[in-house]
Amino acid sequence: MCLAVPGQVVAIVDGDQQLATVDLSGVRRSVSLACLVTPDRPIEQWVGRWVVVHAGFALEELDVAAATETLTWIDRLTTPA
Amino acid sequence: DEGYITLAHGSGGRATHNLITDIFLETFRSDALNALDDSARLDLALFMARGDRLAFTTDSFVVDPLFFPGGDIGSLAINGTVNDLAVTGAQPLYLSCGFILEEGTPIALLRRIAQSMKLAADTARVKVVAGDTKVVPRGKGDQIYINTAGVGVARSNQVPGPRYLQPGDAILLSGPMGDHGTAILLARGDLALEADITSDCQPLHDLAAALCEACPTVRAMRDATRGGVAAVLNEFAQTSRVSMVIEEAALPVRPPVAAACEVLGLDPLHMANEGLLVAVVPGEFAARALMAMQMLPEGREACLVGHVTKADPPVVILQTRFGSERIIEWPMGDPLPRIC
Amino acid sequence: MKFVTEFRDPASVAGWVREIAHLAQRLDRPVALMEVCGGQTHTIFKHGLEALLPETVELIHGPGCPVCIMPRGRIDDAIALAEQPGMIFATFGDALRVPGARGSLMQAKARGADVRVVYSPLDALTLAQTHPDRPVVFFGLGFETTAPAVAMTILAAARAQQANFSVFCNHVLVVPALEFLLQASGLRLDGFIGPGHVSAVIGTDPYQAVVDRYQKPVVVGGFEPIDLLQSIWMLLLQLVEGRCAVENQYHRLVKPEGNSPALAALAQVFTVREQFEWRGLGSLPRSGLAIAPAFAAFDAEQRYCLPSQASEDSPVCQCGLILQGKLKPWECSAFGRGCTPDHPLGACMVSSEGACAAYYKYGHGG
Repeated sequence: MCLAVPGQVVAIVDGDQQLATVDLSGVRRSVSLACLVTPDRPIEQWVGRWVVVHAGFALEELDVAAATETLTWIDRLTTPA
Repeated sequence: DEGYITLAHGSGGRATHNLITDIFLETFRSDALNALDDSARLDLALFMARGDRLAFTTDSFVVDPLFFPGGDIGSLAINGTVNDLAVTGAQPLYLSCGFILEEGTPIALLRRIAQSMKLAADTARVKVVAGDTKVVPRGKGDQIYINTAGVGVARSNQVPGPRYLQPGDAILLSGPMGDHGTAILLARGDLALEADITSDCQPLHDLAAALCEACPTVRAMRDATRGGVAAVLNEFAQTSRVSMVIEEAALPVRPPVAAACEVLGLDPLHMANEGLLVAVVPGEFAARALMAMQMLPEGREACLVGHVTKADPPVVILQTRFGSERIIEWPMGDPLPRIC
Repeated sequence: MKFVTEFRDPASVAGWVREIAHLAQRLDRPVALMEVCGGQTHTIFKHGLEALLPETVELIHGPGCPVCIMPRGRIDDAIALAEQPGMIFATFGDALRVPGARGSLMQAKARGADVRVVYSPLDALTLAQTHPDRPVVFFGLGFETTAPAVAMTILAAARAQQANFSVFCNHVLVVPALEFLLQASGLRLDGFIGPGHVSAVIGTDPYQAVVDRYQKPVVVGGFEPIDLLQSIWMLLLQLVEGRCAVENQYHRLVKPEGNSPALAALAQVFTVREQFEWRGLGSLPRSGLAIAPAFAAFDAEQRYCLPSQASEDSPVCQCGLILQGKLKPWECSAFGRGCTPDHPLGACMVSSEGACAAYYKYGHGG
């Protein structure tokens, strides 16, 4: 129900329309940041950040630290085989 | 500017004649075409010297858009026809090209496509010896459609065909999957995606010949066009009543193509190619066949991706990176971008 | 692919498979876990994850595929819209091959309807802007993941006063579906893997009431192999420790409170329908969205008269039982005979995310 792919905001396309270019591992598209931009987090602050894109919209910011935590959890957990 | 195709160009009168002379004869500069006869008569001795089987094929090209990174409808028409001959073990020799032109198509566009066809024909060392143009009223076509026919010559003792697969045979790909299909999807522009992905549109005649020489008992060869590698593998499995196990980790996909497929919810195994050879050879010839292909630019990324097995009913299994298995589905129709 | 490939690392997957096996041994009883979202079902089948799980851990594939649960009557309405004079009907690719009572949108396209596949609802709005003289309808389908994108698009259309644009709204809500499954008698489910991207919008809080009332744990999970295996492990740990809580495996994206701009847009542009029919589950209360009166100008259901006929599935179809985990796809009498991906009789066979279609294509069935 929700195919979404991580990508990095690389440039602002249209501040008023809240559109920015997102690079999805080599595939670039103009994406709406309407679900992310707020008065205290204007569009300019989003360049360089990682987001997850669904149907042309950035659904939410991707927390890079949390991603690393998820990836390394198995090492902290592994019980002797 | 050079003006546009009009219904007059389709009338068979002087306008048609001028178009043919000005675009096709000027571009192809082939004696057979220059003769403007109604058929090209080819020296049979030339065929007899090279084999005992005449190979004959036909194909049509309606690609949208007409021009895309890595090719256009013209190079696609030549290479697609050459490849159909090459993968049946034949040496491609002569082609015919029939054009269906829509009224209003810029003549400069036709010239550009003809030039691309000439370049592709020279590269594949084949000659366009017969042609035809018809014009349809505006709105009844999409600028240009091309139908081709191709003849080549093969040796009857060397005709690979999918009905010969045996358990233990090796399954080889000549290069990465999905370049053409994704290049076209992106080139259409309606998905508004950009990536540096170019079609793999290229002739496979040298590759097929090198493979057959290195491995006299090639079981089967096919160019994986529409339906992708998945369609070819399923066709082979059904025809030979065998199964296959394909290693996911061995399947080559260029990173931008993998990314585009991920974004659109598509599977590179189902995406079209236009210069990718799928070959099945006896296991003991796999290394030699791979080396033969890797020596040519169009085969330098050739790889072994799996093996034929005996399991019945015929099914194509994918061995995932995790050691589990799933079926590689015979694609239903055109892959459609999805959100779910 | 950054933040994708790393979550498919074979060594990590093997590690999580071992940890799951340990917990399953400690639990020492069979458990049935449901992954709610069709996207999660797709990952499970694409990577063959079920075969990596111990015998005692069974996955039930939930109703989380928007085209699967869409009643055939709504497809017929979509076709009726597409066949309006001069209409451009924009849709996600998922819906193109879904058969209604009178064939699919793809067949309507072949008959001359101008049906176009779009990647984003914003692309449909662009179509309306570039064809001002033609009506454009976007086929709004999907759960709370997609609904905000459509809400934002309607807000943009309102700002641009794009009068020729409207949406045929079929958005559905996931929590009511969960509640329906939990209320169903004889339910065999021991826990749920919550839909990660829906939860990126609605957060994890909405599941608390469901967990409290029905005492079944929910772990909101992501969509990669490591995400799903971790979520299964977290559910098993709760069962082993006798806990029952809402947990968040996909915390790199999902916040407990969800995404406020998205939720605000949903609240502004949509209202909750009293009832909405789900194919295979029946009519569920407060489970679908409609366009709010303030945006009626962009509501295709109000601008065009639609046949809106309910069309029942064949009596042979047992998708309802499959969606509730009471029946396995291959145990249905129609599976593979009267019901195949080419001629789906019910919800679960309609799209590649549906449990039956997935088993038909990717699995040997059992």
